[in-house]
Amino acid sequence: MVYDAIIIGAGLSGLAGGIRLALFDKKVLIVEKHTVVGGLNSFYTRKSRTFDVGLHAMTNYSPAGQRRSPLGKLLKQLRFRHEEFRLCQQETSEIRFPEKSLHFNNDFEYLKQEIAEQFPDQIDGFLKLLEKIENYDELSLVNNAPVSAKDVMSEYLSDPLLIDMLFCPLAYYGSAREQDMDFYQFVIMFKSVFVEGFSKPEGGMNYILNLMVEKYRRLGGEMQMGNGVKSIRTQNGKAVGLVLDDDSELQAKTILSSAGYLETLRLCDPAPAELKEVKAGQMTFMESIFVLDQLPKDLGYDQSIVFFSLNSKFQYRSPKIPIDPDSGVLCCPNNFQYPSPLPEGILRLTHQANYDYWNELPRKDYIAAKKEQRAQALEKLFKIFPNFSESVVFLDSFTPKTIEKYTGHLNGAVYGAPEKSKNGQTPYENLFICGTDQGFLGIIGATLSGISMANLHILKN
Amino acid sequence: MTKEQVRQAILDILTEIAPDEDIHSISDDGNLRDQIDLDSMDFLDIVMELRKRFNIEVPEKDYEFLATMSSCVNYLFPLLGDRKLAS
Repeated sequence: MVYDAIIIGAGLSGLAGGIRLALFDKKVLIVEKHTVVGGLNSFYTRKSRTFDVGLHAMTNYSPAGQRRSPLGKLLKQLRFRHEEFRLCQQETSEIRFPEKSLHFNNDFEYLKQEIAEQFPDQIDGFLKLLEKIENYDELSLVNNAPVSAKDVMSEYLSDPLLIDMLFCPLAYYGSAREQDMDFYQFVIMFKSVFVEGFSKPEGGMNYILNLMVEKYRRLGGEMQMGNGVKSIRTQNGKAVGLVLDDDSELQAKTILSSAGYLETLRLCDPAPAELKEVKAGQMTFMESIFVLDQLPKDLGYDQSIVFFSLNSKFQYRSPKIPIDPDSGVLCCPNNFQYPSPLPEGILRLTHQANYDYWNELPRKDYIAAKKEQRAQALEKLFKIFPNFSESVVFLDSFTPKTIEKYTGHLNGAVYGAPEKSKNGQTPYENLFICGTDQGFLGIIGATLSGISMANLHILKN
Repeated sequence: MTKEQVRQAILDILTEIAPDEDIHSISDDGNLRDQIDLDSMDFLDIVMELRKRFNIEVPEKDYEFLATMSSCVNYLFPLLGDRKLAS
């Protein structure tokens, strides 16, 4: 039997692409190497607590009834109602640097006002930058020469502190490139973080993923879990078959891979010449989750998310040390507007990390290294935030190795490779990529990526 | 199918892809894109639903005929006119 499409990976982009195809009666199969869906945005259970893997918040919040916003497009294309996603908006978030702090929420006027107050000599430039951002077609699927976001920002803003403060959250939530972003990605992130804003689904990623899996299956989509792709057999510029981990062979007219661009090419047999030209990403993170016996607010943590830097010059790169404790992201899931409060206090703390350090660490030293790095991170954190050590009842950390293991991303690069393939094309005429390396970012972006690539390469034909 | 049934079939599709819009207020000659908030993703869905429900192909060069309700009906009637409605 030949499938109309086989999708590699049951993350958000794969599931979304699958729903689109199943909706229009395509014979579609999703293959996933893990036994749990979600990919980069999955969930796991420890001691009867279920945690989201990496999610702090969903970006791109827009209210019900908007059909043109990224969230609105996602909902209508997958035929979900807004209320089905049970999104709970943030309270306020903060960008905290040594000299200044900026607050923002899901009302963009608030950030504008903050900038006018904190950076009065920059607000005119900021408004002009905003005009450029608003008129930019960031969702074009044409691969253009990269434009540096830092360069564009410097045209409009003269204060390096403001440039770094605006860059910091956007980098943390989506940049595969070190120290900079492509301008179109900056625009995507700017709109999704600052203009639209954060929310969390009641019930976590587990809930959203279940909704998607249920819909996909109800529409007749097939799934094979715990059976990854060993190789993609190619011939004369076409993908002619897939070999799975259990050595079974499958055929499909079209293959849509969410494994990453380079990761997908590495599956191709024989290996394509293009393999040598593609660079893997470097940006990866360590994150710790702390379960507390009190609410974060009672300990002095009153923001939804804080992006902080202990130095006025913000660095975003693979650090030379195991993790860089000088900047990070602190997320308090409790400080979102849930209809009923979460059962326990939770804090999540994220830092940039060095993949090679964690990769080369002998197995026996790994646990101790996690503990040591976490302790160093907390020591720095408590210089500017209240100490919560006494309240911790459970903690867990993941490192670049964990990310690599569960997502298959080379180097544990959360946001994939710096070079994106916006049209999803590969050297093979019927093999396309979707997800992180296609270039739409975040949860909503990844989902839209699966939708757009399924539309463009399969449904339109 | 009568012209009125073709019109109803289009309304059914629009209800499916834009459930929150007021479908019944659509005038025959106004641009659909302006009357209910449709973009190119929605037009793809209209075409895909036509394929799924009636097995008819609308090539991309013919998308212009889907601009208004009356142009939709005029375009689709010859293709659907000899179909019987599933009962």
